[in-house]
Parts: sequence; structure tokens; C-alpha cells
Amino acid sequence: MTLFDTLYVAPPALTAQAPILAIAGPLIGACAAALSPGGRSGWVISVITAAFALWMSLAVACEVSRQGVLLYVIGGFQPPLGIALRIDALGSAMALLVSTMGLIGAVYSGHALVSEIRAETHTLFQSGYLLCLAGFLGLVSTGDAFNAFVFLEVSSIGTYALVAAGEQRDRRALPAAFNYLIMGTIGATFYVIGIGFLYGATGTLNMADMAAHLSILGDNTAVQAGFAFVVTGLAIKAAIFPLHGWLPGAYAGAPSLVSVFLAATATKTAIYLIARFTFDVFPDASTFGQAFLHVVLAPLAAVSVIVCSVQAIFEKEVRRMLALSSVAQVGFIMLGLSLANAAGASAAMFYIFAHALMKAALFMALGALAISVRARTLDEFAGVAREAPWTAAAIGVGAASLAGLPLTMGFIAKWKLVEAALQGGVIWMVAVFAAGSALTLIYAWRMVEALFFSAPVPGARRAREAPVGVLVPLWVLVALSIWFGLNASLPETLANSAAAVLFGTAR
Amino acid sequence: MSQIVSHFNFIAVVVLMMMGLFVVFSSGNLIKRMIGLAIFQTSTGLFYISLGKVSGGTAAIMVDAQSADGQALSEALNPQYVAQYGIDGVVYSNPLPHVLILTAIVVGVATLAVGLSIAVRIREVYGTIESEEINALARVDAARSEPVS
Amino acid sequence: MTGDLLILLALGVPLFSAILTYAVGRMSDVRETMTIVACIALSIVTISMLVRVSAGTPPTMTLARPIAGLDIAFKLEPLGALFAVMASVLWGVNSLFSIGYMRGRREANQTRFYTCFAVAMVGVMGVAMAANLFTLFIFYEVLTFSTYPLVTHKGDAAAQRAGRIYLGTLVGASVLLFLPGIIAVAVLAGSTTFTPGGLLAGKIDGGVASAILLLLTFGAAKAALMPLHGWLPSAMVAPAPVSALLHAVAVVKAGVFTVLKVSTYVFGPELISTLPAANWILWIAAATIVIASLVALTKDDLKARLAWSTVSQLAYVTSAAMLPWASGLVAGGLYMLFHAVAKITLFMCAGAIYVATGANRVSEMGGLGRRMPIVFTCFMIASVSVIGLPPMAGMWSKFLLVTAAFGSNEWLTATAMIISSLLTVVYLMPVALRALFPAQSDAVPRDFVRPGGTPRVALAAIMITAAACVVLFMLADPIANFLEPIRTVSFVEGAP
Repeated sequence: MTLFDTLYVAPPALTAQAPILAIAGPLIGACAAALSPGGRSGWVISVITAAFALWMSLAVACEVSRQGVLLYVIGGFQPPLGIALRIDALGSAMALLVSTMGLIGAVYSGHALVSEIRAETHTLFQSGYLLCLAGFLGLVSTGDAFNAFVFLEVSSIGTYALVAAGEQRDRRALPAAFNYLIMGTIGATFYVIGIGFLYGATGTLNMADMAAHLSILGDNTAVQAGFAFVVTGLAIKAAIFPLHGWLPGAYAGAPSLVSVFLAATATKTAIYLIARFTFDVFPDASTFGQAFLHVVLAPLAAVSVIVCSVQAIFEKEVRRMLALSSVAQVGFIMLGLSLANAAGASAAMFYIFAHALMKAALFMALGALAISVRARTLDEFAGVAREAPWTAAAIGVGAASLAGLPLTMGFIAKWKLVEAALQGGVIWMVAVFAAGSALTLIYAWRMVEALFFSAPVPGARRAREAPVGVLVPLWVLVALSIWFGLNASLPETLANSAAAVLFGTAR
Repeated sequence: MSQIVSHFNFIAVVVLMMMGLFVVFSSGNLIKRMIGLAIFQTSTGLFYISLGKVSGGTAAIMVDAQSADGQALSEALNPQYVAQYGIDGVVYSNPLPHVLILTAIVVGVATLAVGLSIAVRIREVYGTIESEEINALARVDAARSEPVS
Repeated sequence: MTGDLLILLALGVPLFSAILTYAVGRMSDVRETMTIVACIALSIVTISMLVRVSAGTPPTMTLARPIAGLDIAFKLEPLGALFAVMASVLWGVNSLFSIGYMRGRREANQTRFYTCFAVAMVGVMGVAMAANLFTLFIFYEVLTFSTYPLVTHKGDAAAQRAGRIYLGTLVGASVLLFLPGIIAVAVLAGSTTFTPGGLLAGKIDGGVASAILLLLTFGAAKAALMPLHGWLPSAMVAPAPVSALLHAVAVVKAGVFTVLKVSTYVFGPELISTLPAANWILWIAAATIVIASLVALTKDDLKARLAWSTVSQLAYVTSAAMLPWASGLVAGGLYMLFHAVAKITLFMCAGAIYVATGANRVSEMGGLGRRMPIVFTCFMIASVSVIGLPPMAGMWSKFLLVTAAFGSNEWLTATAMIISSLLTVVYLMPVALRALFPAQSDAVPRDFVRPGGTPRVALAAIMITAAACVVLFMLADPIANFLEPIRTVSFVEGAP
């Protein structure tokens, strides 16, 4: 795969340290941002750091595509005793996604913060943002189960604070952040308990080592209990129905920058960990793993697709609608994973990319419009397309991708999912996909209808076109959604090689 | 009976865990919910420490077996155990869970700090820390069309 | 991106015209001149494609390949070439009519109107030229979404409601039924490319094939097969030019065209003949043919009557696609063309009457023929063509189709077709007859609401298509010969 060679050039010395630099960069940046004098300096630091993280992630992806698995030993202690970063195609794909969204979000933050956050807290906000970025990048890079918990919490603690920062725009952000904190902490603690069981059973925390032990050990109560705790904990973080209660409030209340970033990364990294544990750490043939997938995960995901889509249709507030839609879309992804084969995992991975791009674009465009319109409900956005055609067009494309219309990335994602389900012979899942897509279409259409075909409410504030600083990152996202709908080879290669990590071969 | 005695600490873990979760979900007071969360997190600490305990083992501090400290340490050990395992005369408990839980405690404290500060902000903005009253106010917000600032 | 410039032009001309139309906006003369120029250019392009197809060197092109096995590709074949020529020429005629109608009525949002029309033509061209189901689906959806603003042109609550029904039915069916069908084809056959003799032939067994046939036929809700026909009458809130082009030519014909393509190139005559589902669809189509005709009888609103008539006539084509051993395919292709020409005339007449007098009810039109003799004569000609009497083009297609139905022992279908023809006489003929030869009891015809009556350009458009009904009567044989390969090729290559 010479794909990345064209994208990436860096000195070998830097490349060798890239895995840790991708995490350390944002961490240092977070400190620098917190100490910076304010004004634009926080934003500059944020953009530079996020760009650096993306650069390093590219370096990692490049190395992974050459070597297969990249092992970075921290402090010279060899695994399984020492802590190591172990990045394979799955992890590098996720890291690439997270850091790309991190950079786009950082660029966007320049304008977003001014209108939504008090000026004196901008630098602290940027610090939290970079902390989050570091946490997510660490989470997908680490090869150590407990280390993953630490990164999970680093990112989560940042997230709680960021969500709470939405109070200035909408004070409901505060209780939502509190609720998120409670649920998130319970989830993380469940995860720790599960890791405790697994550690007790295997005597190791290194994921690869744990996998080796578990395949010898077979099923026993401690392992099963560990698996149950780990997956339940992560399911809360991934907002899998019915453990999704925290998500709509948090995404709707958070500053638009945070919604953009979290919608693209937070639940996705938790899904990554679930996939990692279910398919990689645990032996493939384990009966309880299969039972979990078929009896628990798949039905819950199906219910989530239908129920949350219907809720989204009846939701008046646009951002809540998108948040509910996120839960439904997580359902789509989990259905793909629950097929437990390479095609399904590849489709799920592709869906993660597609959903990250389109949902981030939607939240970003709405955030940009909300600056001038100060609207929350769909009715208040009526007829905005006349005043802000570019922003509205971006929402149109995002909605089309969300609904899975052809020529967008969302279509390819849905296509791959249905194809995987048909290949697996799971016909009921095809029906769920079709029904879910139709429901998605309804609420996506409601947005388009309001924006383009409805007359503005008399006396409503006039919308203004978003500033260039917003339009650029916004249209980068939109252009990617369209381009990958026409030529999906890049995300497909990433998704296939990620699926190959879990199942051997893709397709 | 002996089962219960030998697994006493695990039973304590479960009891603490349930207490913590119960407080989190049943209480409407934000501070009480944070307390419940803290208890819940603490129970995992106990769980990990119990996992690492090797019966008869001692704290994992590097000591020379020949030094005075080392002698004293080996004197204090269970002779039966030493007869069975006696490596340098010193048996250590597994130190790794201690280290892990130290990290988890730090994480827990950080979470607690963030949670409490959000609670403080909620008190400032809503004038209450009772979930029901906050929810009622939030419903009022939702009905209002203009965003609240 | 490899392939023929012609295909690129066929997509590019209307697209470019849409962009330019949007750009020049309010300068109405420039805008309308450009639309006409684009129509002429597109007609030239499609006719050259038709020539290429008949010469045996059909243009092909692959535009993009999102993922393996999923190409956006184009390849002309006789049916598609005919559809493309039909749509592009009628677009030109209809544009003439639109100019008269829209100016005559002083409609708002004319720029959006012409822009969306041009985008809809991109969709039609894509559907006509698609080399596989996936490409067809893309442009099918382009057509759906670009026509939504046209259907809701009035912008009032009734139009919005009709628009929701329109979009809900068409997109809902395509997402819930059509797309799963396409993906099933892709999984089972490894591609979705239209193959002479049938892509699925010999690859799957009856049960699965039946399910897929049902998914694809009902998924193409633009074919308005009952029970998915409701959108068509409700879409009549659109201005008359929209009804004329889209709901007599482009949109509905894209639906039956899809059904014909699916039958010919995805299943193939051999597989279709063995499927029980094909029989079921024949029965449903027969029911649609008769029921829709009966409903048309009860409608006093002229456009609603024409819409129900369209529902009925579309089911003829669907039946043609489902007849065993490809016996109906050529007749179906001819039917598609001849009905389009006749029905666009009828709709344009309805629009012309509405512009001139404001009348839209059949009961208001008694005696109007004296004031508007040309319009009602054209209406008469087109009515005769739809009924299927000589010397109008519609006679050949109906004759061939009914013969094919009898020949395949599909008595139910043949009977339904004949009954419906008689009903057509009852619901179409009186309109023109009462206008031209009013009874004593009829009220004095109302005055023109627009001084000068029907605008001249609109009148010219109507006369062109009415004349075409007669001219095509003579040309039926060459066109049938041109379409013949879609049968013979499938037999040769489909033979075991």
C-alpha cells in the first residue's frame, strides 16, 4: 500500500517516535494552551498541536501499512511486563480519523468559541480540547488494557468539562454534563472491574498477551464476568441502547465545537475498544462472545436503530435530533460488528468514517448558523438557505449522506452494511437497515425542507453566511463526504485492513 | 462458612459496589450522587488490592535479604510458607494491582473534582442541586424558544 | 474516466444549462433562449447516440468507481436510446410550452423552475444511459429530488402536502424496496451490470428471484403500479408543464423504463417466464389498468382524470415487461414512446385551456372548442391515440401488446386491456367532443381570462406533439425494428 507514502514525508528519527509523539504532542499542547496568555494564542497552539498530531498519525499509519503492527515500547520495559503502544491497521485507522477530526475541529474552534464561550476561558477550553484529543489518540494506540482505561478517563474528564462549557449558550448543558459524568464514570469503573477479573484470570494486562492466555484458558466464570463488565462499561461509553441516555443531552447542550468533535470520535473510540475486546482479545470461538453478539448486541442495536430514529423524527430541537440520530447510527455500526465476520467489520469501520464526516459537518454547519440565527428548533431555521446558501448546502449534503443517498459516502457505507448482512444470510438485518434508512430519510428530509423550502418565520432573526474560518473546515468535511462517495478506495482500504486485523482477511 | 470467611473482602467489595450504585441512582441530590460514585469507585480499589494479595506476602519493597531489614522481614513471615516457597526468605504480594489502583484513585479524584465543580456551577446557575428541581427548570428551558444564556 | 464524449455531453448539456440558468437568473429572455438552445443541443446528442446504437457501436463510458463492483457506468442500448431521444425532444417541445404557460400565468420562481427542469433532464439522461442498476438508481433519485421543487412550485400548504406524498412514496419505495433489491442482485450476481439475456439467468432459483423481482418492480414506484400509485394524482398540484413533461414523459416513464430494463437485462425473458412473481405482477397490473380507468371516469378535474389515465396506461407497460418469453418487450417500448407523445399533448392542452380561461374542470369546458378549436382538435387527436385507434400511433403499440398478451395465453391481462380501452373512450372522448360539439344544455363558454387566449408558443408546442401522434403512426415499423434487438439478443445469448 503506497497510499500514505504520497501523503506523508518525515525524517526517520521522528517517524520512530511517532506513536508516542502523537499522544505527547497534544498533552504538552494542553499544558501550553492552559498557560498561554489568552486571545488567539490558545487557538494557534490548538491548531498547531492538532496538525502535529495528524502528522504523527499519518507517520504511524504509513509505518503500519508497511510493517503490519507497530510496537512502541515505553521506557525500555519490554511487554508483556512493560507498557507498550501497539498499533495495528485498526488502531492506526482510528488514530487517523481522530486526529483528522481533531485538526478540523481545532480550525473551526477559532470562530466557534468566540460566540459560545466566555473569552477568559478560551485557553482553558483549548486545553481541555487537546486533553481529549490526547486521550482518544492514546486509547486507540495502546496495547495495554489498563492503560486504555487511563486514556479513556483522560479523554472523558476533558469531555465532561467541555460539555459543561456549553452553559453559556444553553444552561441545560450543566445537568447534561453532570449526567454524562456519572454515567461515564460508572462505565469506566465497570471496565476497570472487568479488567480486574481478566487480570486475575490471566495475570497480564497486555492485550496481546491476554489474548494468548485466554485462548488457552477457555471459558471460565471469571473470564466471562470480566468480559461482561468490560463490554457493559464500554457500551455505556459507546451509547449503545438502552445505555445511551446521557448522549442526547450532552451533545445537544455542548458547544458546537464539542458536538462536532465528540460526534466524530467519542462513541467511535468506545466502539473500537468493544471490537478490540470482542474479536481480538477474546478467542473467536468463545461461545459467550458469540452469544453476546447474537443475543444481546444485535437485537439491542436493531432496537436502537428503529427507536432512536423514530425519536429523532419527532424531536423539535435540531441538535437533539442529530444526537438521537447518532445513537441510531451507532446501532447501524454495532449491527455490522455483530455479524462477526470480516465483511461486517469492514462495513462497520467504513460506517464509522462516513458517520464521523457527515455528523461533524452537520453539527458544524448548525453551529455556524446558530451564531447568527440563535435558533434551536427546526422551525426557527426555516428558509435559512436564502441568506446562507453555502452553509445550508453543506447541511443538505450532510443530510443526504446521513440518509444514505447515492453519490455520498453514507450510501457506500449503507451499501457495504447491507451487502455484508446479505452475504452473512441475515435477512432480518437487511430489513432493519432498510427501515432505519427510510426513517433516517424522514428526519434528514425535515431538515432540508425547513432550510430550503419553508418560508422564514415572520420576525425571525436573519441568518448570515458563516465566516470563512468556518466554511473552510465545513466544506473540507463535505467535500470528503462527496469524494469518498465517488471514490471510496482510501477509506475502504483502511476499513478492509482494519477488519483484516480482527478476522484475518477482508471481503 | 469458610468460603464466606476466605472471600470476606470480595463480599465487602460487592456490598460497597452495590451501596455506591444505589446511592448514585436513588439519590436526587447531586452531592450525594457524587458520594455514591466515590464509594463505587473505592470498591474497585479494594477489589484490585484483594486480587494482588498473596497470603503471607509482604509489601513489595526491595530489600537485601541479608540486611537487617531483610532479616527482620523474614523473621516475621509465616515459617510454613517460607518452607514452601522461601525465595531469599521474602515473599511479596503482587505489587502491580497496587500501582494500578493508585492510578485509578488519581483518575477517580480528578473525576470527583470535575463533578463537584459542575455541581457548584449548577448551584450557581439553577440555585439548587436537587435533580428534580433542575429537571423541572430544564423543561421550562426546553419549552422556551430562545436559547438561554 | 474513459469513454464516449457523447455520454458526457448528454449529461453535461442539461447540467451546464441548469447552472447557467441559475446564474443568469432574472434575465428571462436570456434564460429561456438558453433553455431552448440546450434542448436542441441535447436532442442532437441523443439522436446521434441513437444512430450509434443502430449502427451497432453503442457509446459506453465509466464515470467513477466508488468501490469495486460498483461502477457509475453508462452504456446505450436500443430501449435507453429511444427513451433518451423521446425525453430530450419532448423536453424541447415542452420548454416552448413552458415559456408560454409560465409567462402567460406570470408564475413566481421561474428561474428555479427552469433550473430544476434541466437537472431533472440530467436524471432522465442518466437513467436512460445507465449500464447497471446502481447507476440507474443514482439518477433515478436525482430525478426524484430535482422534481420535488417543481411539484411544490405553488408553495402553499396543499403543494407541500402533495410534495411530501410525492417524495415519501417515491423515495420510501426506493429505499425500502428498490435498494435492497439492487444489493441483493449485487450480492447474488457479483455485479449489477445490465446483461442481454439476463444478469441473474441461471444464477438463482425461483423463490429468491421472485422476491427480488417484487422488490425491484414495486421499488420503482415511479411506474405507479397499485398500491404505490397515490403520488401521481396528488402530484397534479404542479403547474401544467410539469405535469406534462414529468408525469407524462420523464418521471413516470423512468419508472416503467426501469421495469422494462429489469425484466430484459436483469432477469431475462427465460427467468421471467418461470417466475410466479411475474404472474402476480401481471394480475396486479391488470387490476391497476381497470381500476385506474374506472377512477378516471369519476374525476371532473381534467388533470386528475389524465393522471388516473396515466396510472392505467403505465400498467400496460409493466404488463408488457412481465409477459413471458419477451413477447411484450417491443410493444412495451413502443407503448412507452407513443403514450408519452399522446399524454404530453393532453396535459399541454389542459394547461393551455387553464391559461386561457382558468377552467380546469371537464364540466366547465362544454362549447369551449369554438373559442379554442386548435387546442381541442389536438386534444381529440391525442385522445384517439391513447385509446388506440387508427390512424394514430397509439394504435400500433396497443395492438401489438394485446396480441402479445393473447399469444402468451394471458387472458386476464388481455381482457383488462380491452376493457380499459373501452373505458378510455368513455372518459377521454367526451372532453373534446363536448367542447367541439356542445349540447344545447351547456352554458355559454366563459371568456378568456387572458387576453388573446393561449400563448402562441404554447399552441405551437401542442401542434407539434399532436402532429407527432400521426407521423409516428407511419414510423411504427422502423422503431419496432430498432427495438427488436432487445428481444433477439436476449434469446440468442440466453439460450442454454
